[in-house]
Amino acid sequence: MAHDDTAFRLLAELTGLSGVSGQEEPLRTALRDHLASRVDRVRTDALGNLLGIKHGQPAGPRLLLAAHMDEIGLVVTQIEGGFLRFARVGGADLRVLPAQEVTVHTAQGDLPGVVASRPPHVLGPEERRRPFRQAQLFIDLGLEEAQVRERVQVGDFVSLRQETVRLGQAFATGKAVDNRASLVVLLRTLDHLQTMAHAWEVVALATVQEEITLGGAYTGTYSVRPHVGIALDVTFARQPGVADEEGVAWDRGPAIALGPNIHPRVRERLVETAQRHEIPYVEEVLPGHSGTDAWAIQVTRSGVPTGLLSLPIRNMHTPGETVCLRDMERTARLLAHFIAELEPDWTP
Amino acid sequence: MAFDRRLLEALSNARGIPGQEDAVRSLLQEALAPVADALHTDSLGNLFVHRTAEGQTVDPPLRVMIAAHMDEVGGMVLKVNEDGTVKFRNVGGLDPRILPGKRVRIGPQGIPGVVLVRPIHLERKDRDRVPPIQELVIDTGGAQGIRPGDMITFDTRFEPLGSLWKGKAFDDRVGCAVLAALLQRRYPCEVVGVFTVQEEIGLRGARVAAYTVAPHVALVLEGTIADDLPKDRDASPVTQVGRGPALSLMDRSASLDRRLVALLVETARAHGIPYQFKEPGRGGTDAGAIHLAREGVPSAVVSVPCRYIHAPASLLHPQDVAHTLALMTKALERLGQEDPRRWRTRSIHPQPPSE
Repeated sequence: MAHDDTAFRLLAELTGLSGVSGQEEPLRTALRDHLASRVDRVRTDALGNLLGIKHGQPAGPRLLLAAHMDEIGLVVTQIEGGFLRFARVGGADLRVLPAQEVTVHTAQGDLPGVVASRPPHVLGPEERRRPFRQAQLFIDLGLEEAQVRERVQVGDFVSLRQETVRLGQAFATGKAVDNRASLVVLLRTLDHLQTMAHAWEVVALATVQEEITLGGAYTGTYSVRPHVGIALDVTFARQPGVADEEGVAWDRGPAIALGPNIHPRVRERLVETAQRHEIPYVEEVLPGHSGTDAWAIQVTRSGVPTGLLSLPIRNMHTPGETVCLRDMERTARLLAHFIAELEPDWTP
Repeated sequence: MAFDRRLLEALSNARGIPGQEDAVRSLLQEALAPVADALHTDSLGNLFVHRTAEGQTVDPPLRVMIAAHMDEVGGMVLKVNEDGTVKFRNVGGLDPRILPGKRVRIGPQGIPGVVLVRPIHLERKDRDRVPPIQELVIDTGGAQGIRPGDMITFDTRFEPLGSLWKGKAFDDRVGCAVLAALLQRRYPCEVVGVFTVQEEIGLRGARVAAYTVAPHVALVLEGTIADDLPKDRDASPVTQVGRGPALSLMDRSASLDRRLVALLVETARAHGIPYQFKEPGRGGTDAGAIHLAREGVPSAVVSVPCRYIHAPASLLHPQDVAHTLALMTKALERLGQEDPRRWRTRSIHPQPPSE
């Protein structure tokens, strides 16, 4: 289907870039171009957030749409015998690292590597029954020690390496779907708004460092001063191993969150919009920290009424993150209608 | 003899688990039919490629069987669940700890899939537990056309990585590539190259092939364990990448013939080819089955050291491959001087190789 193809193409492009928390420059560069054709003004701020401002007609209040552009990864902590020791940046899942291909981002360019794992033939039965510990894992660059020391420095970032492909008819899988899929939703929403009138000003905020501190969301929201904020992120799709109450169904549209992090009127309005336009959605109950930029947006300055739309994905924080392309399109349509129908005098 | 990387690349990317080696066999048949003196396949799928002896000094010439296995470790589809996920088992030895989150290809069409893993965020008490294969499933996005019995292989593309080469199934596609290179010419001994099947599930093809060939001696080409990572206590890395072909003395399947090992060592030294010894007691190879064929066959194993065998992305050193090919070439020229009758008995004390 044509829209799915656009969504897939954008997803493949954005997941193909590397932006570990703290080094989001490649995403900033690509998104600057993507935003430029969709908004009136683009700027960046001191922490590295990227903002795209689309004016409303006539001028109305301001809506913030936030999606983080960083991904989880690793950072080099030590060079030992030509191999690299590392630490995690954000909640990378150690269990999926052994035998995983990675890319080390050095000052001189990117180097391919593999996370080294000792073969089971040499391990005792006790060791084989437990997951690999951090101290047992290294990155192998296939180079001699002297060459490694010449090219790699402590502090260099490392991203997971995985090509994004389609899975079946409706899905796509790859690394950093969290949160590139939401950035695609952001761009597709702006595409729809090219042909829809809206009174509210829309500020698209691609945040940095969500995976470590929500730092981009705090500082970005502070400078935008929105009247309402909506975060776009991912959530747990049901899958074998995830109980019904721990995740949401996928291929049923975006998850509209409810809970203390979410303003009830903002949520209601999203639900009404979905129902009015017959866009499927699922409900997501979050009793506490949403684990997203919404947590930061809500408490910036004197507080911001906040909503959260999440794409259900499987295998979160692994190189096998999988998303439903149709859900991405549904979310973009929902958001576009929501924005277009915001009256200039609406308050939550 | 230059080593043609393209065949290794094609072999590494080809997909063939034990019992389903067809794609690998086709590649090799196509590459070798133009040069083979005779070529045939048996009922299990072993591929035999004959090179008659040329310029031999002994009559009848020594018959040397050289084996490399075509199968790679992988998985097999047990069933497609109602929710569209795929239940599977390993075929050959697989460490379940490296499976979650990995990408695979299923069936003859190579349908992509992902091994599902319960998100770490949701794990409280079970972070230290290793889910066995019985509990894992593969997500294909509900793709159609997947059937019980379909093969599952890692989705890895061959390419350079640093100074090394990265690819899947170097155990034993590198052995196949070296053997294919060796078979491009004749030697003073009769050479029967056998690309065996089902090594990973019990040396099955080799057992049958050795009976058929009835060689005087056998050499097995493998991709073997290199565990040369930094570690607290290092008894031995088993083998090391970049130090040349590894000669086996003893592994878990066989005690290798010390006369053949001595011949290989002498050949390496005479031609300035680096070599190393594989740590005794690790792993098993087709030699385990071959050396017990009929009344017994003196056998040796020559391996290219590979990091991360039985995992999606193995690494090896191009120089090691070239040196393995050089060593084998010179060794076959040397074996051409050998009298077969000498190899039918084994004295209590190892004999030095003939002058």
